[in-house]
Amino acid sequence: MNLVLCFATGCRGRALRSALSKVLFFAFVYDEIMISPERSPPRSSSQSPRSPSATPFLSISVTDPVKLGNGVQAYISYRVITKTNLPEFQGPEKIVIRRYSDFVWLHDRLAEKYKGIFIPPLPEKSAVEKFRFSVEFIEMRRQALDIFINRIASHPELKRSEDLRIFLQEDEETMDRARSLETGIFKKPSDLIQIFKDVQSKVSDVVLGKEKPVEETDPEYEKLKHYIFGLEEHLAETQKQAFRLVKRHRELSQSLADFGKAIKLLGVCEGDTLGKVFSELGSKSELLSIKLQKEAHNLLMNFEEPIKDYVRAVQSIKVTFADRANAFRQHCELAETTKLKEINLEKLNIMRSDKAREAEIEYRELKAESEQATRKFETIVRLMNEEIVRFQDQKTADMGLAFHQFAKGQAKLANDIADAWRSVLPKIEACSLNSQHD
Amino acid sequence: MMGPESPPATEDMESLALSDSVTAGTTATPSSLSSPSPGSASPSSSFIDPPSYAEAVFSPFEPQNDAAGASGSSYRRDSSPRSARAAASNYLLISVSDPESVQETANSLVSGGTTYVTYLINTRIRPAAANDGPSVFSVRRRFRDFVTLAARLAESYRGYFIPQRPDKNVVEGQVMQRNEFVEQRRAELEKYLWRLAEHPVIGRSDELRLFLQAQGKLPLQPITDVASRMLDGAVRLPKQLFGEGAATQVAPEDVVQPATEGRDLLRMFKELKQAVSNGWGGVKPLVVEEDKEFLERKEKMQDLEQQLSTTSQQAEALVKAQQDIGETMGELGMALIKLTKFEIEEATFDSQTMRAADAKRVATAAVKASRLYRELNAQTVKHLATLHDCLGVMLAVEIAFSERASALLTVQTLMSDLSALRARVEKLEVASSRIFGGDQSRLRKVEELKGTIRVTEDAKSCAVREYERIKENNWTELDRLDTEMHDDLLNMLKGFVINQIGYWEKVGNAWTAVEEETSSYFCVSESN
Repeated sequence: MNLVLCFATGCRGRALRSALSKVLFFAFVYDEIMISPERSPPRSSSQSPRSPSATPFLSISVTDPVKLGNGVQAYISYRVITKTNLPEFQGPEKIVIRRYSDFVWLHDRLAEKYKGIFIPPLPEKSAVEKFRFSVEFIEMRRQALDIFINRIASHPELKRSEDLRIFLQEDEETMDRARSLETGIFKKPSDLIQIFKDVQSKVSDVVLGKEKPVEETDPEYEKLKHYIFGLEEHLAETQKQAFRLVKRHRELSQSLADFGKAIKLLGVCEGDTLGKVFSELGSKSELLSIKLQKEAHNLLMNFEEPIKDYVRAVQSIKVTFADRANAFRQHCELAETTKLKEINLEKLNIMRSDKAREAEIEYRELKAESEQATRKFETIVRLMNEEIVRFQDQKTADMGLAFHQFAKGQAKLANDIADAWRSVLPKIEACSLNSQHD
Repeated sequence: MMGPESPPATEDMESLALSDSVTAGTTATPSSLSSPSPGSASPSSSFIDPPSYAEAVFSPFEPQNDAAGASGSSYRRDSSPRSARAAASNYLLISVSDPESVQETANSLVSGGTTYVTYLINTRIRPAAANDGPSVFSVRRRFRDFVTLAARLAESYRGYFIPQRPDKNVVEGQVMQRNEFVEQRRAELEKYLWRLAEHPVIGRSDELRLFLQAQGKLPLQPITDVASRMLDGAVRLPKQLFGEGAATQVAPEDVVQPATEGRDLLRMFKELKQAVSNGWGGVKPLVVEEDKEFLERKEKMQDLEQQLSTTSQQAEALVKAQQDIGETMGELGMALIKLTKFEIEEATFDSQTMRAADAKRVATAAVKASRLYRELNAQTVKHLATLHDCLGVMLAVEIAFSERASALLTVQTLMSDLSALRARVEKLEVASSRIFGGDQSRLRKVEELKGTIRVTEDAKSCAVREYERIKENNWTELDRLDTEMHDDLLNMLKGFVINQIGYWEKVGNAWTAVEEETSSYFCVSESN
């Protein structure tokens, strides 16, 4: 897979080599079970690099996490490899180094510009766990980022964005500059202000005794909202149980290891033949303990993560709901204001007032704004309708795979356990036959 | 769906057939099996069908409350070593049932008299002659009677690994009304009686026979409490201290009892002194535990006990982990079922319906797996209970070894006594010989002492015989223990392993089905 190629194309310095070797082990384990990048069956825009060069493709991998910096400043950098034959990109392959906040930048820019589209979700920020940098956490994040970037690359609209191109192609300094402009102090207050405005308007509506805040009354949309909110709840519960199941696997693994050890020691007390049986049993128990650990990991990466991803996607949809609500409100407000202005203008015209011309200009401006707001709202509605279909298809495929991996892992585990115990049985049988002959 | 056919499969078929023929002759009632598992409803092509097979072979004790002792064996016969021992005993059936509260009449002066519980004990004895029917007995006993039985057995069978009785419960009076406690005690008492019956020597003892057959009041001497024993002893003590004749002598028959059980305080003190001098004085006693082999065995026993204890703890932890994973799997299944229902209700797209169907498959498998885990666990508990039983036996071993030590101490004490007495005699004779014509008072004393010496020598011979007897009991028991524990542990392992195989196979089948049903998703992602 791609990973092997990455290591071949050179390390970033001796200091990193040891970290790389740790990841190398991990990568080979993961090679087997990593979920392949997000693709929905009907779309053929992203294909395997093996397909003929005539068909356009864009394939991205996020690999090779490396810890840089020290202490509080420490962060993980990833190697982002873009393989493509599209003319907009420097092909056939381009490699850049990116960190988590770069991905955040990309996500936020897209969220700004493509209202109505369900922007693929990012893995959580997690200020605390970052410091511990557990191998598992790093791998989960890497996998999630890989899925994130590939989803963007396979979305018909998003993949055409300039921000994506910057992200995939520009060198690190340019990226740093772009990021520091957008993120941090600049972004947050505008978010807050927006939220504040929303709350404000809601409150003022109630206070001023206006009728309920302006909301859509589309029954289908209502149904969708109801669905999404309910879905989030159910998914959250499922994810909680999935996570707990991972923990249980680990606990069972531990107890099997302890039990195996104790059985072995007990075997030492017993005589020769029986002692050997005990020892064999104890070893099997320890072996199974390891298998359980593996399955716990498999569960985490290939079942619990996809469910968590699903939850994040649903939350992203809720953001789009908020965008749509804002757009709707703006459209309504502007339409109303425009109407008032129109009435006012007519009055002025009738009165043949001097202010008429000024008012006319204002009216035209406002009308243009209103039309823009209406267009914006309608775009969001249209996009959302397309997105919902895409979302449902995508999620069925994602969850289908996750269910499959879950069932596969559990089946293998169960069969391995049965096999391991089965292999001890002949020895036990032999032992009891022997003792009968005594 | 069965794995590849392999030799072990056919061997197991044979042994399965074998155990079937053994169970053929029993009176095990199908209704006494615990609730049938849903998993066993499907025809299993696996040669191991855990729910019924495991139940039949590996559940030694089922609490039964049926009053009728004649029908329905409350002690399941199976192919385990335990039942082979039971079959070798005189007893076909022992059941403890029908607890009843009885008002204590003796203390009716005290307002609100105490109550105690009696249990109905039914036994069937193997017929002596081929054509005779089995004899059936039915008695009522209370817990106190069990305590008496245990005490009498401890006395008469020093050196044997005597199965230990269930614990007394200090808050007995308060919790006695609770059915749970009574039921638990009933089960423990039944188990206890069976253990006694299975013991090759104790199973044939008069004490047990009287306990099980004698109607009315139990004709065994109850032990008096320690306090009154002490009191009795205290009465004798002054006489002993002042060296009054017979009172000083240890009666030979007393010697066969450990000092602590009897009323001879003086003897107790002497043995204590001896023990101290053995331990601290650095003075080598005249007779020591020289049997190296025994000492080695003792050490091994201690080691074994330690390992059994650790393993038992880990077994408990394992059971808990199995239980937890089963629970969580079940909860995951429930969450998925709720999700499925929700998706179906709200479905507007085909993809939703598909997804809901997938989720439902997984949910069903998860719930099924959860149930299987629970059953697996119930069986595991039963198997690993053997560890607990073994620990109980180790306790009996400890006691038997301490009887040996205490008997040895008695011998040592008497020997010290003898040498002290002889020294006194010598001193007196020497002193007397200095006086012309002999010192009459001294000579009289010498004669008295010589009398004491003779009695003490008798006692010593008794004590030595007792010690030897106990030693021999120890040895026979150790051999028996080796075989029995070997068999029991092996059986435990076998049961545990077969159990695991059977259940995990079923779990695997459930998940493999889902894996195949969802394989299209995997192929899609692979081809990209």
